[in-house]
Amino acid sequence: MIELALQQQYLDFAYIVAVVLFILSLKLLSSPASARWGVLAGEIGAALAVGVTLVNPEVTAYKWVLIPLVIGAGVGVPLGMVHMTAVPQRTALSHAFGALSAAMIGIAEFYAGTTPVTRFEMGEIALEVIIGSLTFTGSLIAAGKLQEILPQRPIVYRGQNVVSLSVLAGALGLAVALVVNPSHALLFPIMVIVALIFGVLLVTPIGGADMPTVISLLNSYAGFSAALLGFVLNSKVLVVAGALDGSSGFILSVIMCKAMNRSFTNVMFGAFGQVQTSAAGVKEERVVRSASAEEAAGILAAASKVVIVPGYGMAVAQAQHKVRELYDSLTKKGVEVRFAIHPVAGRMPGHMNVLLAEADIPYDRLVDMEDINGEFPQTDVALVIGANDVTNPAARTDAGSPIYGMPILDVDKAHTVMVIKRSMSPGFAGIDNPLYYLDHTLMLFGDAKAFVGNIVRELGAGQG
Amino acid sequence: MPADFISNLYVFILAGFVGFEIIKRVSPLLHTPLMSLTNALDAIVVVAAIIIAGRHETRLTTVLGAIAVAASFSNMVGGFVITDRMLRMFKSGKAKKP
Repeated sequence: MIELALQQQYLDFAYIVAVVLFILSLKLLSSPASARWGVLAGEIGAALAVGVTLVNPEVTAYKWVLIPLVIGAGVGVPLGMVHMTAVPQRTALSHAFGALSAAMIGIAEFYAGTTPVTRFEMGEIALEVIIGSLTFTGSLIAAGKLQEILPQRPIVYRGQNVVSLSVLAGALGLAVALVVNPSHALLFPIMVIVALIFGVLLVTPIGGADMPTVISLLNSYAGFSAALLGFVLNSKVLVVAGALDGSSGFILSVIMCKAMNRSFTNVMFGAFGQVQTSAAGVKEERVVRSASAEEAAGILAAASKVVIVPGYGMAVAQAQHKVRELYDSLTKKGVEVRFAIHPVAGRMPGHMNVLLAEADIPYDRLVDMEDINGEFPQTDVALVIGANDVTNPAARTDAGSPIYGMPILDVDKAHTVMVIKRSMSPGFAGIDNPLYYLDHTLMLFGDAKAFVGNIVRELGAGQG
Repeated sequence: MPADFISNLYVFILAGFVGFEIIKRVSPLLHTPLMSLTNALDAIVVVAAIIIAGRHETRLTTVLGAIAVAASFSNMVGGFVITDRMLRMFKSGKAKKP
């Protein structure tokens, strides 16, 4: 018995070391130069924690542990090797896996009852399992939308919020009933199912452009469900890891919401794409000026400062490598090229940075919105590739616009604006962009990848 | 209220503050790797899953535990792999390209 207790202490000590390494891991992520050491610190911490758990005397049925570990690694490695454009859906899927395992352990803990659970424990388990379950299905829906298995547009119907909230109330009601009388074990699986349904209802109405916020919010839920599991199992290592993950997701959600000038409730229950009818009222024929790749190349070559504004359209067209060629070609001509990154550009926080880094563009060329906005008046050319709403000056000027108040990249203040776009059709949210009708805006119609490629060729031809 | 709950609450609140202060300092440049790294760290629930599955109490708890082991371990492995892959791509302009 004493040996066992001693072993328990070793276990706790190893967990403390793991927790310290986890915090260190996130701290090292503060700069790109030290970030990879952060991954190493995290890996050592995780390996240590898993290692000591495997030799825990409580673990006897190794078959039930080692086979799932092998399966997990077999699934995890390919999911770690996905293409960079698939990172948002991979992330959503990993939120789903994390929530699934938290929910499964909570459910197992409920049925493991060697001693009957107290009301307090029942409350903890019920809350944990509800959050884990709804995050599981919600994340699966988000992953499906990002992978375009499910439609990206918001799916809405009349009375949706009432239905969704009633389902949530149902799950919570069942949880309360279980707390009042924990012996009504039959209610437990029903509660799980209701929570799973709520997760589906929660994410289905949310559109593709809101995915950065949703992914962050689901990240935070997955973290908090792990922390709650730590409460249930009285495991401090889970409490800490869950709190770190939960607060990270929460901070990112707040940043995303601020970048869209919207509240959580508005993202979750607002169904963005649906409210634009008023804005579409005044429709007049306005002229746009378009230009060819040759003209665009001429203007770019004559510039001294160029800012490229990438958006989701660049990711869809897989244009980042062509953009990199453009960057090289202009830099060689002595043009200063930088990239302006809006926080919600793309489908998850930081999405554009990863894509551009993948294309080998140095990260000191990637500039945040706050830092670049003051510089547009001194910029010769702002080249917008596949971004729309984040450049819409109506957000600054038109109080009637649905995106009024949203912080945008002030590309309209550049001397010349060039926008690569397939056609004049409005963006995801269906909001017309006055940027396109400005006197100093040139529309470059075409596929982002092909058009950038043509500009690069023209630049090369001009030289040779 | 159980004593364990109170001590866990202390840990939770302190860890939340630590997380908030550290993560606030992470450059927006690295928000995608941040999410995949916290995901990998959060997969530490695998230790609880290992105990549930390995204890082999009932068939049901063992199967649930085994599913949880596979799900969370795939997050742990995949999360570290992709985070490192992403971070390897972030190069400063000054560094020599290979």
